Amino acid sequence: MNISAHKAAREAGAELHPRHRWNLTSRRARARVVNWLFKYYFLFSILALCLVLAMVIFFIGKTAMLTFQEVTPAEFFFSFDWTPEEDRFGAALFIVNTLSLTLLTLIIAVPLSLGMAILIAEIAPAWVKKFVSPLLDLLVGIPSIVYGYLGLTVLLPLLRELSGEGLGDGLLAAALVLTIMILPTISRISEDAISAVPRKYRDASYALGATRLQTTFRVVLPAAGRGIVAAIILGMTRAIGETMAVVMVIGNTPQLAKSLFAPTSVLTSNIVMQISNVDFDSTWNYSLHLMAFLLLLISFVLILIIRIIGRKGGA
Amino acid sequence: MTGFKLSRKTSRSLLWDRVATGCFYALGAGILLLVFWLLFTILSKGLPQISWDFLIKLPEEIDAGGGIGPMLFNSFYILFLSLLISVPIGVGAGIYMAEYAPNNRFTEILRICVESLSSVPSIVFGLLGLAIFAEYFGIGLTILGGAVSLAFLNLPMLARVTEEAVRAVPNELRHAAYGLGTTQFHMIRTVVIPTAMQAIITGICLVAGRAFGESAVIILTAGLSTSGEMWDFNLFSPGETLAVHLWYVQSEAIVEDARQIADKAAAVLVFVVLLINMVFRVPLWINNRKLRK
Repeated sequence: MNISAHKAAREAGAELHPRHRWNLTSRRARARVVNWLFKYYFLFSILALCLVLAMVIFFIGKTAMLTFQEVTPAEFFFSFDWTPEEDRFGAALFIVNTLSLTLLTLIIAVPLSLGMAILIAEIAPAWVKKFVSPLLDLLVGIPSIVYGYLGLTVLLPLLRELSGEGLGDGLLAAALVLTIMILPTISRISEDAISAVPRKYRDASYALGATRLQTTFRVVLPAAGRGIVAAIILGMTRAIGETMAVVMVIGNTPQLAKSLFAPTSVLTSNIVMQISNVDFDSTWNYSLHLMAFLLLLISFVLILIIRIIGRKGGA
Repeated sequence: MTGFKLSRKTSRSLLWDRVATGCFYALGAGILLLVFWLLFTILSKGLPQISWDFLIKLPEEIDAGGGIGPMLFNSFYILFLSLLISVPIGVGAGIYMAEYAPNNRFTEILRICVESLSSVPSIVFGLLGLAIFAEYFGIGLTILGGAVSLAFLNLPMLARVTEEAVRAVPNELRHAAYGLGTTQFHMIRTVVIPTAMQAIITGICLVAGRAFGESAVIILTAGLSTSGEMWDFNLFSPGETLAVHLWYVQSEAIVEDARQIADKAAAVLVFVVLLINMVFRVPLWINNRKLRK
């Protein structure tokens, strides 16, 4: 009975066997096809990203190059006279303003964010990091337009009172707003770099009798140097490309910034203020695109610098 | 320390060390105070005055008392559309970079592309959207254009957060899955993605929060006006979002209560961004605690 049942079962199994095997192979085949399909889907996704980059370069670059039909490169890059109504397209003032705004922002932001990074990584106990990091993330999350609005309604009246001149808008106001915006970026990444410095460096320094301050500034920071420079450059790309927050506090007057409180204009703010008022087929529009292309090139160069620093650090 | 006398240099160093420590703590406290003060200023000015009416009413051009209904709706609508486009591609690209990409020159080039794309200023994406939709297709400033351009902006960040999340999955899990005879994709679908899910969703929330408040792209691609109707799902109507409305109200609007509207709009904007960053994590957080028990 028992044996016959067993036999019957085995026979049934034998009967089932071919279909079963067929089932298995079809499943395997399907798994292979799905595997293959998704591999190419993932590859397609990353290529789509590259395509977007190509589109950015192509569309902006194509329009930008049309500028040179009517404006010589020398005029565009070296003339400080931006009067598009009279066909004078000198963008040098925006370039210089963008550079000085970035520089001023870094002068304010780098010490603050490095101090924050050192505090979190070297000095404060671990729970402080758990508490502070999400808060800094909050700062990143606040929309740039809100920063601009706060700058306009809170910071400008304050600066107006302190300086006692003009409306308070200009390079300093923009730099202060940008500082708050890039502070989390720089401090977060340089904190990672500082934490990555091996413990034995610190131990060696302490064994020589150095205080924590000496260890931090003479051992840890130099060792984390590349990471910190990368963090600062990343903050720079953000500061250079920021638009709406800057537009609201900088005054939007196309003139070279001669003082911290003079209303002025940078590449991004000028593009967004003027682009909607110009014809698509005008040199004015082309030159705005050329300014955007310039921004693009600056960001690419900065990213390349970060890569070169990173590669040297890895070697 | 008895028996030793500190040299002048040593005691000066120690003093400096203490002073510097104090300074670092003061700096940290100052920055934290600044963060709290910022949040408090934005939220306290606007939130108390917000009524349900304000959130769903149409805006007024001349009279006081207008709402932000269509803009708020557009904000969510454009955010939803842009995520619909960018999440499958961005997450796919991240998975490719973490799981498939061989270690060769081609991958290196792809990586440079992703990094370059993430460094592109948002205003440039705005110009791109303008060139594609307004000039090439000639459909003007639309919700569709805004959503697609915003999706472009999201892509590199999504790819990066996904790649990081997937890389953080321990290799033992992969080996175990292969040991059971799975294909690579099956392994990714059943082992890697569930393990990395929490980090991926956190990343998507960060991206969504950023996209919700993005204005430079939208202002150039979706325009400074709405169709004037609530619940307008038409992809081809102009789509001013809340962030852009904040800009419009404080710079161009002539209504007498522009300042209040801007205050309230800013508060709503920040509130929603914080909400996006937190609410979506709550289920994961609860899930996590269950797992721990």
